Amino acid sequence: MLRLLWEVGKRSFRRATTYRLATASGAFVNTVFGYIRAAVLIYVASRSGGAVRGFTGQDLATFAFISQGFIAIVGAFRGLELPERIRSGDIEVDLYRPADLQLWELANWLGDSALQIIVRGVPPVVLGAIVFDLRWPDPAWHWLVFGLSVIAAALVGFAVRFCSNLLAFWLVDIRGIDQMVTIAITFFAGLSLPINLFPEWLEQLARALPFASMIQLPVEIYLGRFSGWRLVWTLAQQVLWALALLAAGRMMLGSATRRLVVQGG
Amino acid sequence: MTALRTPVADEFRLYRRIVAARIRSDWQYRTSFLMLLASQSILIVFELVALLILVDLVPRFGGWDRAQVVFLYALATLPFSIGDLFISEVEVLANRYIRTGNFDTVLLRPTSALIQILALEFELRRAGKILAPGIALIWSASNLDVDWTAGRLAALAVALISGIAIYSGFWVVAGSITFWAVASREATNALTYGSQFANQYPLHIYPGWIRAVMGWALPLAFVAYVPTITVGGAANPLGLPSWMAYTPPVVAVVVGLVARWAWRRGINHYQSTGS
Repeated sequence: MLRLLWEVGKRSFRRATTYRLATASGAFVNTVFGYIRAAVLIYVASRSGGAVRGFTGQDLATFAFISQGFIAIVGAFRGLELPERIRSGDIEVDLYRPADLQLWELANWLGDSALQIIVRGVPPVVLGAIVFDLRWPDPAWHWLVFGLSVIAAALVGFAVRFCSNLLAFWLVDIRGIDQMVTIAITFFAGLSLPINLFPEWLEQLARALPFASMIQLPVEIYLGRFSGWRLVWTLAQQVLWALALLAAGRMMLGSATRRLVVQGG
Repeated sequence: MTALRTPVADEFRLYRRIVAARIRSDWQYRTSFLMLLASQSILIVFELVALLILVDLVPRFGGWDRAQVVFLYALATLPFSIGDLFISEVEVLANRYIRTGNFDTVLLRPTSALIQILALEFELRRAGKILAPGIALIWSASNLDVDWTAGRLAALAVALISGIAIYSGFWVVAGSITFWAVASREATNALTYGSQFANQYPLHIYPGWIRAVMGWALPLAFVAYVPTITVGGAANPLGLPSWMAYTPPVVAVVVGLVARWAWRRGINHYQSTGS
């Protein structure tokens, strides 16, 4: 079973490598947005006496580029093919496979995420570092913690989309819901603004939602905002959200397949 | 090809008929349509909320007061949303027409290829994006410290129309680029969405090189920044000369000509698909 999933993930990785120009063009647009966001945030920090809410201009510029890199890794704007397959009834074929549908889709997602780290995660940060003075995790073992946090973030990203996409079993058209999810991710994960810049009540709310685990928390870990037990708790929070949402997706899938009737003809 | 071209009035009538049919078909799935319309409106509301949160972190952002900052946002976003409704349809050119070879069919019909795509891909749900910047414009305009004389209102109208034209030109150029590089669609988002995003902030807060590239080389400054100073009466720390007030429509015409040239070159380069 694990072997099968590994192969599925590997193929997903390889499939993504075939679209080189598309990938490069995605990294380019992430970088352009990174430059604009970094410049604006640096301005805000400089007008606030060098730091705003404990974040220096350098912290915020780093936040801008790392978070741009995260867009593709956690699939902030990426959906699954599930809704289309549910609508057409092709989902029946997927359910016949001798592999669990959720794990199958997850393997696909993680294979893609792994490639995105290299092709769309790293380039915006490197290109950003050429122009702006960015921060690097310090000490070196922080890279390891950050790596774990990235994996947890990709899992949460998958689990969120899996749940929202499964609604296609109950609703004819989920594009509206999918867009609302994208809006929620953009705003509450820290893509529009780092959520630590929100007014306090809104920051509290954002931190209580799963979306923070997709971008805000890993970037804060990268910036070394947490240490000791708080660092452990932050990571645990991400993992717990991933597990909870994966479990929710599993329950939804169970009740959906029980009521599934594929139209013939 | 020119011999077969239909008169402009006919093209316009054709456009209206196809768009009307598109709207009727959207209306068949009312719940879906209303959901999408709502999510488009909410998208922009959240964008505006994020901007206001950021601006409020600093007393007098960019040396401008709140009404001036919101006025800039409205001038940067309202024309973009209108362009998004009517022109951004060229975005799907790469995936739905060039990659599939469906563009052949479009070229065979005796009418403008661009108008056909704009009509066939029209989606009324994008109108949702007009609401928030529209309200932002009315609120900020009435809170600006200026007299709304007839002349100033006319200048505002010219600025909005120029903005629509400039953004539309960007969209057409972005679409044209995909004739050469089908897979570059995402990169062209930097030109369209990136432009609107960069335009939301006063140009003078950016480092010089971003100002040079995005503000003047891409002429984004003429969409929102210049009119915020000349029409909205905002402070002018870059010391732009007063004749700048007349430049937006000129820039809009130039961008329009560039877009027309790029589109024609693109169509001539189109080679259909193999196998």
